[in-house]
Amino acid sequence: MLSFTPTDEQQMLVDTIMKFAAAEVRPHAHDADEEDAFPPEIIQKGWELGILPASIPEAYGGFGEHSAITNVLAAEALAWGDLALALAVMMPATVANPVHFSGTEEQKQNILPQIAAAERLPYFSAALLEAGISFDPNAPRTTATRENDHYLISGEKCYVPFAPEAQMLLVYARDSETGKVDGYLIERGAEGLDILQREKLMGIRALPTYRVRLNNVRVGAACKLGGEAGTRYQRILSHSRTALAALAVGVARAAYEYARDYAKTRVQFGVPIAQKQSIAFMLAEMAIEVDAARLLTWEAAWKLDTDDNGDYTAESYHAKEYAAKAALFVTDCAVQVLGGHGYIREHPVERWLRNARGFAAFEGLAIV
Amino acid sequence: MAISFEIPERVLQEREMLKSVAENIMRPESRYLDEHEHQRPHSFIKAMWYVLRDQQAKALQKLTNGEDKPKREGPGITYVRMIVLAEQLSWGDVGQYLCMPAPLLAGSAIEAVGTKEQKLRFLKRFAEGEPKWGAMAMTEPGAGSDTSAIQTTATFDPETNEWILNGEKIFCTNGKLALEESDGIVVVWATVDRNAGRAGMKPFVVEAGTPGVKIGKVEIKHGIRASDTAAIVLDNARIPAENLLGSPEVIQREGTAGFKGAMATFDASRPMVAASAIGVGRAALEFLKEKLAEHGIQIPYGVPYHQLSAVQRDVLEMEMQLKAAWLLTLRAASMLDHGLHNSLEASMAKVKAGKVVTQVTQKAVELLGTMGYSREWLVEKWMRDGKINDIYEGTGQINLLIVARRILGYTSRELQ
Repeated sequence: MLSFTPTDEQQMLVDTIMKFAAAEVRPHAHDADEEDAFPPEIIQKGWELGILPASIPEAYGGFGEHSAITNVLAAEALAWGDLALALAVMMPATVANPVHFSGTEEQKQNILPQIAAAERLPYFSAALLEAGISFDPNAPRTTATRENDHYLISGEKCYVPFAPEAQMLLVYARDSETGKVDGYLIERGAEGLDILQREKLMGIRALPTYRVRLNNVRVGAACKLGGEAGTRYQRILSHSRTALAALAVGVARAAYEYARDYAKTRVQFGVPIAQKQSIAFMLAEMAIEVDAARLLTWEAAWKLDTDDNGDYTAESYHAKEYAAKAALFVTDCAVQVLGGHGYIREHPVERWLRNARGFAAFEGLAIV
Repeated sequence: MAISFEIPERVLQEREMLKSVAENIMRPESRYLDEHEHQRPHSFIKAMWYVLRDQQAKALQKLTNGEDKPKREGPGITYVRMIVLAEQLSWGDVGQYLCMPAPLLAGSAIEAVGTKEQKLRFLKRFAEGEPKWGAMAMTEPGAGSDTSAIQTTATFDPETNEWILNGEKIFCTNGKLALEESDGIVVVWATVDRNAGRAGMKPFVVEAGTPGVKIGKVEIKHGIRASDTAAIVLDNARIPAENLLGSPEVIQREGTAGFKGAMATFDASRPMVAASAIGVGRAALEFLKEKLAEHGIQIPYGVPYHQLSAVQRDVLEMEMQLKAAWLLTLRAASMLDHGLHNSLEASMAKVKAGKVVTQVTQKAVELLGTMGYSREWLVEKWMRDGKINDIYEGTGQINLLIVARRILGYTSRELQ
């Protein structure tokens, strides 16, 4: 039945995350950005919220059912706290969810219980993006070449979170014969797998991401996500785009709320600047864009939840593109509302603007 | 509750029926009616009247029997049905859609503030006989967005137990259809005290044939030419006391219940206008995509920005914007069905949809080149038609102001 109200259970989860985001994440976000790292105990606390285990069925060691809707609600709330922290906390899902959607029974049994039962944040990370001005997820340069019962994987990936710590990487590569893109589960320390330098990015600075080189990394055929049937790559990309859309909404909402509250207290010409139409109208547009982006995101998530078979490429693409643009628009407006103060790093809005810009480049960094 | 975007099956079936009306009855008449302003879409009116008349009869029967409240628990589908209808028929032709023989905005006002007795009395005519129209007259030469500045007066004559209305209303959609071409009704907003501002505003039902009520100028317009936009002159028009709409709170002199009633009407009508805008936008976008496909241009999803042509980017943007506007509209309507207060969301939807239809239709004309600009195709008409949605039921700016006041918690005095 048509409704825009989350379930009570979902609302409780969102309230819990928002409380954590406000009380634990926000106070550290500024320093984390300056120091290029979040305090590990904060990431750990985020993991202990149990969002991912609640999304893994009992049969695989979790205690819930997967729901993209629940996950986008959670993602927005986490990103409202801080995007880098959200990406760190959600990192294990970039392996767990693809395994859940597309893994063989054996892969699910091997990997999901480990992640679901992990008391400490489990370092499972994914590698999709590649350096360049135009990355095409359907034509990565990284290749997988079949040789008898194994694959040789070669290429270079970028934006791989926590690569040095990762006990497993899900690397996406193009089959050098068929061109099909699949995921490959690669264990830590595989020969030919080199973790290169940490990257220096415009935003999400508190999230450590790395370049990763694969030089004929040899993996058994059973390590291909989905086995011989291959990976449901389009579906995974849709879950990823929907996740990124939700994160973008979280960033946008943070900036909108901050600018709104600032404008109501900042007095110029004898009145709060929010009482000037030029500012009030900007804030109204921001509110509309945040809501619109959220609705597109929810719709994509709802479609993914409702039908397990479709790819929903158009829906998730629309959601991600819209939310990415909305986040950039809203964070830019927020900087503008704060004027000179917005440009100063003491206020969070310039950080949110830097973070929001990233969504144009991001792909695969989160999966709901 | 759980988040769901599922449109009820019944509504989807109805939409199929409306689509067929749009394709087979409205579209073939579109160009002719645009070029022959003020002629009536007779086929459409006929096709809709019998359906709407039966629906109205059933609704009134329920009201009489005291079954107007849904028996089952949970939300209704009234408003979702309405926006789906508005969207689909506006996809057909928004000018003709506006000529739908129904209580329309008069109905919204009666629903919002009328008593049961008034509902039965004023809506009965829409359940029988020949086609009839309802309309609402708010705007005056000196009162556009500032509705509280209306000058039309209502004076009570205790001797005859009548209200005497005096003043001039303009831009009344379907005013002529309601008062001259059918036995319809117009809800006229007038003030019982010019100095009282909003507190003085009350809604009066003026019936066709009332002496002292005359249709003035019928406007010549940029678009929606099939729809009449009329001036109404009220010259000592006498109407029965019982034609003042509302419960005692609305009727009493003090208090702004009357004004609030007008605003409650907007809560329901703004999502309708937004949906109508989206219908026009979708018509233009679908047509554009068809023509592009004929020229071998497809719209891909999920490919990098660098691999998209400027035209493909434009189309993707149009699709996203229309969807955003639709989802905001769906939410605003669904909230009413759930019995939730939706003034903020209704205005959000109206702002977005008005802007989007303007951009989408203008872009469609642009991308179709000399043919887009040609009157051989309907795209240029849709651009002219679409623009009205950014203007009536509150301009984009007024609705943005409402959004701003709501999100900031400001009164109309604090944020002007």
